[in-house]
Amino acid sequence: MTSLTFTLIETPPAQRIDMSPLVCHKLAGLSLDQIAAIELQCGKQKLRVDQLFHITGSNADDISIVGSTGKLDFIGKELASGCISVQGEAGAYLGMQMKGGTINVIGDVGFYAGCEMKNGLIQIEGDAGDFLGSALPGNKQGMKGGTILVKGNVGQRCGDHLRRGQILVEGNAGDYCGSRMVAGTIAVMGQVGRYAGYAMRRGTLLLWNQPQLPATFNDCGSHTLAFLPMLFASFKSLNSRFADKGIAFNRVRRFGGDMAEAGRGEILVKL
Amino acid sequence: MIINGVTIDPTFAEAFPMKATRAIITAQNEKWAMISAQAMTGFATSVIACGCEAGIERVLSPDETPDGRPGVAIMIYAMGGKGLAKQLETRAGQCVLTSPTSALFAGIEGGKPIPLGKNLRFFGDGFQIAKKIGGKRYWRVPVMDGEFLTEATTGMVDAVGGGNFLVLAESQPQALAACEAAIEAMKKIPNVIMPFPGGVVRSGSKVGSKYKALSASTNDAFCPTLKGVTKTDLSPEIESVMEIVIDGLSKEDIDKAMRVGIQAVCDLGAANGIKRISAGNYGGKLGPFHFHLQEIMA
Repeated sequence: MTSLTFTLIETPPAQRIDMSPLVCHKLAGLSLDQIAAIELQCGKQKLRVDQLFHITGSNADDISIVGSTGKLDFIGKELASGCISVQGEAGAYLGMQMKGGTINVIGDVGFYAGCEMKNGLIQIEGDAGDFLGSALPGNKQGMKGGTILVKGNVGQRCGDHLRRGQILVEGNAGDYCGSRMVAGTIAVMGQVGRYAGYAMRRGTLLLWNQPQLPATFNDCGSHTLAFLPMLFASFKSLNSRFADKGIAFNRVRRFGGDMAEAGRGEILVKL
Repeated sequence: MIINGVTIDPTFAEAFPMKATRAIITAQNEKWAMISAQAMTGFATSVIACGCEAGIERVLSPDETPDGRPGVAIMIYAMGGKGLAKQLETRAGQCVLTSPTSALFAGIEGGKPIPLGKNLRFFGDGFQIAKKIGGKRYWRVPVMDGEFLTEATTGMVDAVGGGNFLVLAESQPQALAACEAAIEAMKKIPNVIMPFPGGVVRSGSKVGSKYKALSASTNDAFCPTLKGVTKTDLSPEIESVMEIVIDGLSKEDIDKAMRVGIQAVCDLGAANGIKRISAGNYGGKLGPFHFHLQEIMA
């Protein structure tokens, strides 16, 4: 079976499109006609899928979105299983509250990617916007499991309220990276902006470069930590620099904080 | 059946169902992993009074351990799941957590999860850190030499305890030498431990006693000094009997271990004073697993 492919007719579309109905588990068992008749919120009106996309293929477990732009929001929302491949950019709320499966994005993604996700894998070849893997406004717990891999840079507030799971960033991260973290792991190979770990309660920020730390993080000295080789070994299946054997290390400088909060979090900086 | 001059008795060993688990102890080097493993498996020869039976299964190379350091696989057997969990936790807390540079990991995938470091984490007094890596939960507990890394749970499975055979020899040194040879061979078999000191028991027991408070007592039929005063199972030339007890994850594992152990004894043969191989047969009173010596050696 070939992958179920949605090719955007008008690029970019006139209005933002809510893509949340087009996930694998909701399309399983539907005919192309039934899929074509699904209505998507597009701006203030509802349009049929076939008014917006050319539809080909049949395997609902393997969805491709071709010609995607930053106006396609909620791609892979609550995805339970299967794979969604985005050829191009994705809008806001990519993989929001997803429970399993995989989302691959060739381009950049907007705000709140992976927000409140519970499990699964999101791979982003380009950059990600602000609030990656965070909680929705007003909610207290962000991403609760799974892995987000970003090969480019990420915006501000990456992992805000992160509860569990891991965010891996090959590029740079903006200000307030890991802010208000409850637990989990964020690893950044590039530079991070100001206020890293701001108000974090627990969890780990694993950094390749020394950040400008808030005054409320205290130096705990240099250490060899046994869990780090195991953490790096768990990345080996990823298509990423994180999977390279050469990047693994176990010597770090440990900073504890945020002492203005519970103070049980840590920023580990490669030595 | 006679192998190299050694008579294999037409009898069987009786064994009983147990619960078992395996843990992997790693450390900075093999020396410290072994020290920790020996402490954890100490005073665990028999469930009669130790609460569990435990032993070192084998040494692990760095590429066989979760954290890439030298390690030792240990196994613990107990009569029930609750007792096993208690013994595991107590021993891990007192013998591995305390041991320099150690880390502790699950050694059995699947089975019923029982706490390994799940509760030891509270030693961290709130500074402990959980990490979920590759779908498994680990705890990092701050300790004075750095961090104690432990997996939260390990698996508990059904197992078999009490497989055994007896080595009957013309002298005590010859019996011990034969048992040492057997243990060396049996150590190479996976999924089994020989929990007694050095793997060898000199005080094999029978079920029951003339004293009501005791559930087991000396196996007088195999005591050479009692040949004239009890219903003995020994011929006049037998001067020493030693036993090897085997716990294994399955009947087949114990079969294999018994086969290589008995073969090693028979390789020494009658020329080295080994006269017979027998087994702890309690007339079906001890357990449902029967290991027929002649079938195993056929």
